[in-house]
Amino acid sequence: MAEMTMIEAIRTALARALEDDDDVIVMGEDVAIDGGVFRATDGLVQRFGAARVRDTPLSETAIAGVAIGAAAHGLRPVAEIQFMGFLYPAIDQLANHAARLRNRTRGRLGCPMVLRAPFGGGIKAPEHHSESTEAMLAHIPGLRVVIPSAPAKAYGLLLAAIRDPDPVVFLEPKRLYRSVSEDVADDGAALALDTAFVLREGSDVTLVTWGAMVTETLQAATSLAAEGLSAEVIDLGTLKPYDRAAIRASVARTGRCVIVHEAPLTAGFGAEIAADLAEHRLTSLLAPIRRVAGYDTVMPYLRLEAHYMPSTARILDAVRSVMEFA
Amino acid sequence: MASTQAIFPTAVAACLDAAGHPQGKLPDFARDRGTLVAMYSDMVRTRTFDAKAIALQRTGRLGTYASCLGQEAIGVGVAHAMRGDDVLLPAFRDHGAQLVRGVTLEEMFLFWGGDERGNDFAGPRRDFPVCIPVASQLPQAAGVALAMVHKGEPGVAVALAGDGATSKGDFYEALNIVGAWHLPAVFVINNNQWAISMHRSHQTACDTLAQKAVAAGLPGERIDGNDVIAVRDAVRRALAHARAGKGGTLIECLSYRLGDHTTADDASRYREDEDVRPHWKAEPLVRLRSHLTKAHGWSKDEEDALLRGCQSQVNTAAERYLAMTPEPPRAMLDSLFATLPEDLLPAARELDDG
Repeated sequence: MAEMTMIEAIRTALARALEDDDDVIVMGEDVAIDGGVFRATDGLVQRFGAARVRDTPLSETAIAGVAIGAAAHGLRPVAEIQFMGFLYPAIDQLANHAARLRNRTRGRLGCPMVLRAPFGGGIKAPEHHSESTEAMLAHIPGLRVVIPSAPAKAYGLLLAAIRDPDPVVFLEPKRLYRSVSEDVADDGAALALDTAFVLREGSDVTLVTWGAMVTETLQAATSLAAEGLSAEVIDLGTLKPYDRAAIRASVARTGRCVIVHEAPLTAGFGAEIAADLAEHRLTSLLAPIRRVAGYDTVMPYLRLEAHYMPSTARILDAVRSVMEFA
Repeated sequence: MASTQAIFPTAVAACLDAAGHPQGKLPDFARDRGTLVAMYSDMVRTRTFDAKAIALQRTGRLGTYASCLGQEAIGVGVAHAMRGDDVLLPAFRDHGAQLVRGVTLEEMFLFWGGDERGNDFAGPRRDFPVCIPVASQLPQAAGVALAMVHKGEPGVAVALAGDGATSKGDFYEALNIVGAWHLPAVFVINNNQWAISMHRSHQTACDTLAQKAVAAGLPGERIDGNDVIAVRDAVRRALAHARAGKGGTLIECLSYRLGDHTTADDASRYREDEDVRPHWKAEPLVRLRSHLTKAHGWSKDEEDALLRGCQSQVNTAAERYLAMTPEPPRAMLDSLFATLPEDLLPAARELDDG
């Protein structure tokens, strides 16, 4: 066990995957000698060589397309898009090819690739560097969308994503890269995909979230406990396919649900969760489902960013409003 | 790193003229009657498939289909130059290349008939299915080439694309990375002069499409794409170049789309019959047949037997395709992931219950 930040846990998982499997390669802009702009790949080129840790040209379409071709021909590429805001040119490759290759060849060609991208706001980054567009990706059938919320989860989920025989978009909440650390065992053990994590058990309300918003959501749960309210906190971990059963089971017990995400409200992933509960747990619900989300606007520049980000106070307001229903 | 010299390709390489007369000494392989007959037979088989596919579509028994009429020499020439350990990444008009690679007629009818099983090739297991979005197969070819290098395989990734594809970012990004990484990838452009309704003259201000290779530091060549010998020879040389570790090549094959873009298109909206007519004189089958007749005594009996044979093969494959029952509805889920996620089980049950 060693205490690690999330960025260290990601680097450790990448090193482990490179060590374990010769077919794993790491590729992206500035991932080699520079070690990645966030240093996620720091030291890997020195250890594994330039053939396996490859700086690509500044070319997001090619990064995704090359990863698909290499994956279909037997490699396990872990490609990095430097920021989610620059991922859009790769969506054609992801949606039209990576997500469909196994299906359209009836299993003949697979696409075991991982596309990593840092995402989310709260680090005072420049324009285009702070968006959360995970719902767009989660809407693509055939694609897994995985989002870790802490160092040990980043380690275990990234290993699972790399070993998975199908394409995974691995979105890293960059606000958490260095803000927290915890003990991580570099034991090569993967965590299960498609499985939610119950971060805190509770009986009065279910709080569902993922990524960096786990921080504010847990803070809210702590405040609520001081008020005598017991909040269950669920971290989705995998957005697609997501663990409906865990959320339904929790809401069946608590009768109340607040969903928290940084992405804009409308057509955000919270809408899917709310709809699923409305369809399948209506009789358990004691109050309307509330969503605490980003506003339906362009991500503001850094001076107004804090006003956009869902705060602990907003989560508490939402929880109190659902608790008002008897 | 080797420096690259900007050579703007302008000359169009050809081995036979439109009347089938050799232009200088033919490549060694093209002096062998059997080899020429094999290439000719594959072009005839491709054209027979093409005609049948259009007929099936017109009678409601096939989906929208993209004809390759007049461009058979490109796919057939490319695939005849390739080896089994190479990988083909075809566009949607490359039926000839697929047939030569060993995709069966029945699989091709299945694909165009709207059945994914048509992409589960029994023959070339590593070849990609056709790419419907334009040019996106090109970065993937670079990726296949990277995997080949990584695994120490001697193969080359060969991708086909149309003239319209050369206007896309994918094309430039792919060429660039093939150049930067010296990857064993060969890109062959079927310049059939038309991207649906847009003529090549409006597609780009570049004099040639091959010259686009210069920007990526790669060699670019122009070939008479109606001359199957020239196509095969150019691809053969490009493959040898790539296998020798010297990197990729861009080959522009000049041809002409004699048919509509697809069966959903009506080319009379944007071009006149008089524009098309002269190109029938340069089409690839007549050219090789003339050469075979003059230089190798190809007889009318042989020609008739070949046509009958192709017709019979194509008809048999079409009958088999038409007799195949569709997959059960839940097949739409079964290959989405290697293992069906639990989340999809309710949908699978619903489809099972019909």
